[in-house]
Amino acid sequence: MSQSDLNGRPASARTAWLPALSAGGTPVVEGKSGVQSPANLAARQRIGHIWHWLFQASTIVGIIALTALLYTVVVQSFGLVAMQDAVDPASLAVNGVPVEQLSQEKLAAILAEHVSAGVIRRLESEKPFAERSREEMYALVVERVVKPGVVASWSLGDSLLRRPVILAEMAQAYPGARLEWRSWLNVDFLRHPQSSTPELAGVRTALLGSLWTIMITILIAFPVGVGAAIYLEEYARDNVANRIIQTNINNLAGVPSIIYGMLGLALFVRVLEPLTSGALLGAAADPTTANGRTILSAALTLALLVLPLLIINAQEAMRAVPRSLRDASYGLGATHWQTIWHHVLPNALPGILTGTILAISRAIGETAPLVVVGAATFIAVDPSGPFSKFTTLPIQIYQWTSRPQDQFRNIAAAAIIVLLILLLALNASAILLRNRYSRRM
Amino acid sequence: MSDSNNNEGYYGSGLPSNAKYAIEARDLNVYYGDFLAVKNVDLRIERQRITAIIGPSGCGKSTMLRAFNRMNELVPTAHTMGEVLFLGQNIYAEDVDPVEVRRRVGMVFQKPNPFPKSIYENVAWGVRINGFRGHVDALVEQSLRRAALWDEVEDKLQQSGLSLSGGQQQRLCIARAIAVKPEIILMDEPASALDPIATLKIEDLMRQLAQDYTIIVVTHNMQQAARVSDYTAFFNMDEDRAGYLVEYGPTKGIFTNPKDKRTEDYITGRFG
Repeated sequence: MSQSDLNGRPASARTAWLPALSAGGTPVVEGKSGVQSPANLAARQRIGHIWHWLFQASTIVGIIALTALLYTVVVQSFGLVAMQDAVDPASLAVNGVPVEQLSQEKLAAILAEHVSAGVIRRLESEKPFAERSREEMYALVVERVVKPGVVASWSLGDSLLRRPVILAEMAQAYPGARLEWRSWLNVDFLRHPQSSTPELAGVRTALLGSLWTIMITILIAFPVGVGAAIYLEEYARDNVANRIIQTNINNLAGVPSIIYGMLGLALFVRVLEPLTSGALLGAAADPTTANGRTILSAALTLALLVLPLLIINAQEAMRAVPRSLRDASYGLGATHWQTIWHHVLPNALPGILTGTILAISRAIGETAPLVVVGAATFIAVDPSGPFSKFTTLPIQIYQWTSRPQDQFRNIAAAAIIVLLILLLALNASAILLRNRYSRRM
Repeated sequence: MSDSNNNEGYYGSGLPSNAKYAIEARDLNVYYGDFLAVKNVDLRIERQRITAIIGPSGCGKSTMLRAFNRMNELVPTAHTMGEVLFLGQNIYAEDVDPVEVRRRVGMVFQKPNPFPKSIYENVAWGVRINGFRGHVDALVEQSLRRAALWDEVEDKLQQSGLSLSGGQQQRLCIARAIAVKPEIILMDEPASALDPIATLKIEDLMRQLAQDYTIIVVTHNMQQAARVSDYTAFFNMDEDRAGYLVEYGPTKGIFTNPKDKRTEDYITGRFG
């Protein structure tokens, strides 16, 4: 009849192994199976469980936020649309040759026929028709003459669940339109430049602008940041001046980014205009219209912005290198620099790369400072180098969300997905690099 | 005083045969900021012998050891007064570069600390950064043989140094230290983190190495000092926790017939 625990020991043996708690004055309770334990033990465990639950709830809040973000974006990027052409492309065929296969001159003729003279002049001044390829002329014809228009769009949820209702609605409101499934995020979206019609707009200019900017930003910020961190951590003595410098660097990490924008405008765009416009190096595209509002200015501004972040992370990484490693190096007769280069830096590299990941993530999403520094509001020409005019993905997204037409919200959502994928790709490569260096240790 | 007897280019090796002592401390005081850690030490270390430094915890044994190769200077607040004469030259003189001192007075630490590189690189790195231009492979093999490690690692030289056992790692650290051809090897409790069998191997190794190098070993294990060393220095600490040299002499004398009562008390276990 004696109860036994999981190990088959009888109850009396179990109580025997616990010290006689009551003898020491600790209040004691007896459990169901006769085991003695301190009276407050259950309360202590309960407090632990409550904290555990709170922390779990915090994580769940984060997950909900992330899910909401992805849901909003995905739902707007895919759905049914009602498409209507202004001019039927079949009617543009010449002598039975469909419009997709017409020659450049014929396409120019069609344009002249359907589009106002003023618009033709403007297009010619942007890039003369004779210089445009056949594909570019066809794209112009589609954009200006055929003008496929999305007259209505519906979200993903509606498209999947309420299709008959949508069909009825469309038959009533837009009789001439056809219903199509559209993924606003498609290959053309990545290939097309900016446009004022949402159906034809793409992120190419913005994507290239973002890539150029982030590349030059990291090229500038990484060496300067790691160099400053090495100096502060290894060479600077602990006096008042250096402590002031250290404090200021830590504070700069929290300065609002718009202030960096203003600094960039004053310093890089205005004062250093000969350098940032490319005039000094003779690389400016068009000397008469060149100004400092170029990718180089943007990259320099962003570099200043992420520099404190990089420095702090690099310093932490170097501080974490164990002293035994340095001692071993010095004990063999190595100089300070040899120790830093061969032991401290390689060991600190994973941490430094983490800092770089954070810097890239911060820089890619910055909008306000770049607007101040002068990202172009409408630009359809790809950036060709550090001295080009530019726009970036976040700015493009912001612009599109402020347009009245509904369809711009769809392509804004698609652009957000592109931005997220770009961010993930950059971070993934930095993480891979970091893991490779960690494994070597 | 020159040391040109058997030079190998960059490496001056071997003390001149007329040097009586390998290294001498004269009126040495080591401070950490305002705290005096080692007080008025006069110590003359015999060449090519094993000298043990024993004493209770906190009596400045490690500080004393590190004063011999200027490793104390890595602590920003440390400063040293007095002289340490190596080859007749005060290593704390203005124009002496501590980097070269540390090459010629090598060190093995309490916890084995091989570099996170391959076994080969561990030994070769110190050699290369000091500008050695000969056959690195041969030198690596020679050092590993001398450290009684070659047989165990000859087929896995490219594996990480951290993949070895504790005792092997410590022998790797010894190999790495002797690869740069020091004259003196300082050992700070080299076997305290190891199991008894590895400890015995290290002690055997010390006796072999003493044929070519001068070895100074700090140990808190008196039996080890008695087994291994030729000379013993007993340190104690005063009321202000400053370490000072109580007695120094041949090991046999210290352990069987100590002249100072404090030494006798320590050895017989009455304190420390």
